Amino acid sequence: MAKLSKEDVLKLAELARITLDEQELASFQEEISEVLSYVEQLQGVDLSQQAPTSQVTGLENVMREDVIKDYGYSRDDVLSNTPELTKAGYIKVKRVLS
Amino acid sequence: MSQNKEWKPISEIARAVVAGDDSAVTLVKDSLARIEDQADYNIVIQSCDERALARAEQIDEAVKRGENPGRLAGVPFIAKDNFLTLGSETTAASNILRGFKAPYQATAIERLEAEGAICVAKANLDAFAHGSSTENSDFFTTKNPHDPTRVPGGSSGGSAAAVALSLVPFALGTDTGGSIRLPAAFCGVVGYKPTYGLVSRSGVIAMASSTDVIGPITQSVADAGLVLDCMAGVDSRDSTTLEPVEHDYAEVDAVDLTGKKIAIIKELMPSSLPDSIRDNINSVVEKLKKKGAIVEEVSVSSLSLALACYYIIVPAEISSNLSRYDGQRYGYSDSSATSLLDSYKMSRSKGLGKEAKRRIMIGTYVLTSGYYDAYYRQAQQVRTKLISEFADIFKKYDAILSPTAPSTAFKIGEHTQDPLEMYLTDVMTVAANLTGIPAISLPSGSDNGLPIGLQLMAKQHADIDLLRLANSVEELLS
Repeated sequence: MAKLSKEDVLKLAELARITLDEQELASFQEEISEVLSYVEQLQGVDLSQQAPTSQVTGLENVMREDVIKDYGYSRDDVLSNTPELTKAGYIKVKRVLS
Repeated sequence: MSQNKEWKPISEIARAVVAGDDSAVTLVKDSLARIEDQADYNIVIQSCDERALARAEQIDEAVKRGENPGRLAGVPFIAKDNFLTLGSETTAASNILRGFKAPYQATAIERLEAEGAICVAKANLDAFAHGSSTENSDFFTTKNPHDPTRVPGGSSGGSAAAVALSLVPFALGTDTGGSIRLPAAFCGVVGYKPTYGLVSRSGVIAMASSTDVIGPITQSVADAGLVLDCMAGVDSRDSTTLEPVEHDYAEVDAVDLTGKKIAIIKELMPSSLPDSIRDNINSVVEKLKKKGAIVEEVSVSSLSLALACYYIIVPAEISSNLSRYDGQRYGYSDSSATSLLDSYKMSRSKGLGKEAKRRIMIGTYVLTSGYYDAYYRQAQQVRTKLISEFADIFKKYDAILSPTAPSTAFKIGEHTQDPLEMYLTDVMTVAANLTGIPAISLPSGSDNGLPIGLQLMAKQHADIDLLRLANSVEELLS
């Protein structure tokens, strides 16, 4: 396969919301190319008869009643790890538009 | 290897506590002392000593009141640190979750506690369970109890090493592509991967949701069955959970091997397999035949594609599951960012380790429009082929026997420079995850002091049959 270019790796990093330093960029370029070359062995296989599988035990659309259950923890418990909350108890994030 | 005394069978430990002949407090203190004594092996990320001792006291008091605290009364255990637990942090051995305190516990932990078990510590793993050696832990590498210059296997390496060193009678692991069975093999203990969906994963940090399972690492098959029985069953918090076909996984009496049909898969005995492992498997085959079992070699043509299939599907699911670590709701958040986008990027870049980033990016690549059909869809179709070929095997055979790993424990640092080399360690184990079938690794002798693992696999939902067969094989090996 065509080896990934530096630009390809940077684009992937952008999509994945990760920034890379020079060293990571160089090693990922090598390593991800190597792994992709390995997994490309699937591409020659005739699979025209095979439907894709995403769930192995055959369950489909497991439904439940839309009711509130008490699992024994509060809103405050859930938000106790949040880096920054507003006074009203909402999660505070940095501005979206610069 | 330590001189710690082995634990009695779990059912006996619990019976002694219920009878008042032993106490939960004594057991927990004993376990905590062992953990401290063996700190050099880098097994534990954090102990839950305060909560564990408080629970032990409650259990002893219940016994004094004449109550029965359950089938695991007072039994200490260690959970891999990707299980949410109260009384300690839950980090998944990642910097991004350093300091994270879970607001609730994993269902598996709750169910074990309901039977009287006590979580005493959280074990090391490859960060987010991405790895085969614990070398990808953001904190430290666990050492193999049989040779501290070698890895314990991964990703549940801390859990397996803990049982091998008798720090606890059992430990919990997770298995996405072999992460229970491989370290069990490298450390010389029993590791059980149940049928997909048999045990709830609620409260376990997700890696690849279509293959992740939870299972016990134990000293014996009987112990594995008992712990499984306490955890198995439907949970409204994990919609993939199954009603167990057979409820009493604790009844794992050995079976008569006469007439049992066992398949050896050619592709799992490659020419590259070390002679010591091949000879070991062959000697087990001879013993099985002497007991009247029918052992035959078969071929599964798509098996050679299983690892490639796995390393498309799993990174894809990882890239999705790990998108939640964005520095906003919990986990490391970089405070120097000035915009939301920067905050995502900086928090993830500093908080995630190299392997997590690598897998996220591979997963992102194979899911990118334009590559999706060529990689992800193709892998899902290979998965179907693999499932149908395995189903054909199980029409004729009760079980498949293979080595658990293509080698014994390797040296620390041996594969860290080449990710693909490390991935190849999973070559014997990934098929069970891709097809959702149960599998177990049993200790089967050693090579130069390093344990060899033997793997048995059975069809989906045949967990009880697999455990019973494994019990017979365990007897045969002892």
